Amino acid sequence: MGLVVDIPLWGAIAVAFFLIVGASLTLIGAIGFLRLPTFYERIHAPTLGTSWGIGGIMLASMIYFTLSTQRFVLHEILIGIFVTVTTPVTLMLLARAALHRDRAEGNPDVPGKAHEEDGD
Amino acid sequence: MLPYPLLTASLILMWLLLSGFTPGQFILGTLVAVFASWAMASLRPDKPKIRKWHLIPKLVAIVFFDIIRSNIAVAGVLLFGRGKGRRPGFLTIPLEIEDRTALAVLAIILTSTPGSAWLEYDQHDRTVLLHVLDLLDKNEWIDLVKNRYEKLLMEIFA
Amino acid sequence: MSAIIIFTAVSIAQLMIGAAMAIASLRMFRGPRAQDRIIGLDTLYVSAMLLLVTFGIGTGRVVYFEAALVIGMLGFVSTVALAKFLMRGEVIE
Repeated sequence: MGLVVDIPLWGAIAVAFFLIVGASLTLIGAIGFLRLPTFYERIHAPTLGTSWGIGGIMLASMIYFTLSTQRFVLHEILIGIFVTVTTPVTLMLLARAALHRDRAEGNPDVPGKAHEEDGD
Repeated sequence: MLPYPLLTASLILMWLLLSGFTPGQFILGTLVAVFASWAMASLRPDKPKIRKWHLIPKLVAIVFFDIIRSNIAVAGVLLFGRGKGRRPGFLTIPLEIEDRTALAVLAIILTSTPGSAWLEYDQHDRTVLLHVLDLLDKNEWIDLVKNRYEKLLMEIFA
Repeated sequence: MSAIIIFTAVSIAQLMIGAAMAIASLRMFRGPRAQDRIIGLDTLYVSAMLLLVTFGIGTGRVVYFEAALVIGMLGFVSTVALAKFLMRGEVIE
């Protein structure tokens, strides 16, 4: 890894801070994902990684590339927006699928459906 | 000519971010964006109406702050809070907003804050089923959704 | 000095994200039901995306972002397709 360009010390500290924050939030999310007992609780754990896990690492990368190439690098914002918009969609779809399956099996822990849906 | 100016502008911006800020790429990106927004217009006729633009930064700031706060709370729960009276549970909340875009924004906000997940919206009853990681006080969650987010969203998408 | 700080931070972050990926794949193999496996896969690809970005910081190349974006899109589409299949499959049964 000899390609690390020299950037000011405060920049390096900020990059390191955001990197560690993002990575440890992702790890905590994954640990919780393993430890929580039911599916509906587990659905909360990955959002740690996708909110500030992604946010921290993208911030670190933006600071680093902006300082080392002397121009604004904004690719990370695209990835960040993309992930913030797509994660709720996948989680919601999965949760609805899980609800549907649990209801079809008559699982007592799940609230029943109030009404039949109009479409879809 | 341009049915969705905001969509077109953000597509051009995205194109330029991915391929570099040169005049040639700008022309190409503009072409792609214009055709994409025409395609979009033929797909979806109803258009989101944003009334109060100046409230959007406020919403973004509130959500930003809440995400940080709930990240810390949920990280604490996941690492140390086993037992200790934590009760996960389902929660049904009646909603007043009907606008599709506002509902989508509310769903994104609630799901991307750790600790609460949007499960299902019932069109007939206009209620939403949430799952909450730490359901200590039901009224606190209802208050959070109704007063903190829904009011603001109703003002923005009037 | 700053190169050492960044090198250390990138290494620690890569180890942590690698551990997160290992845990996610553990859940994917164990996960009692199909939805647990799918959400494990989802966590796995998000972590893989983060790992690619840290590689980008470590080597100083911007190419990794495109790869991360591609992983993100493919992962999103595959998770949506799997979730949809989970719902439809049972409806038809």
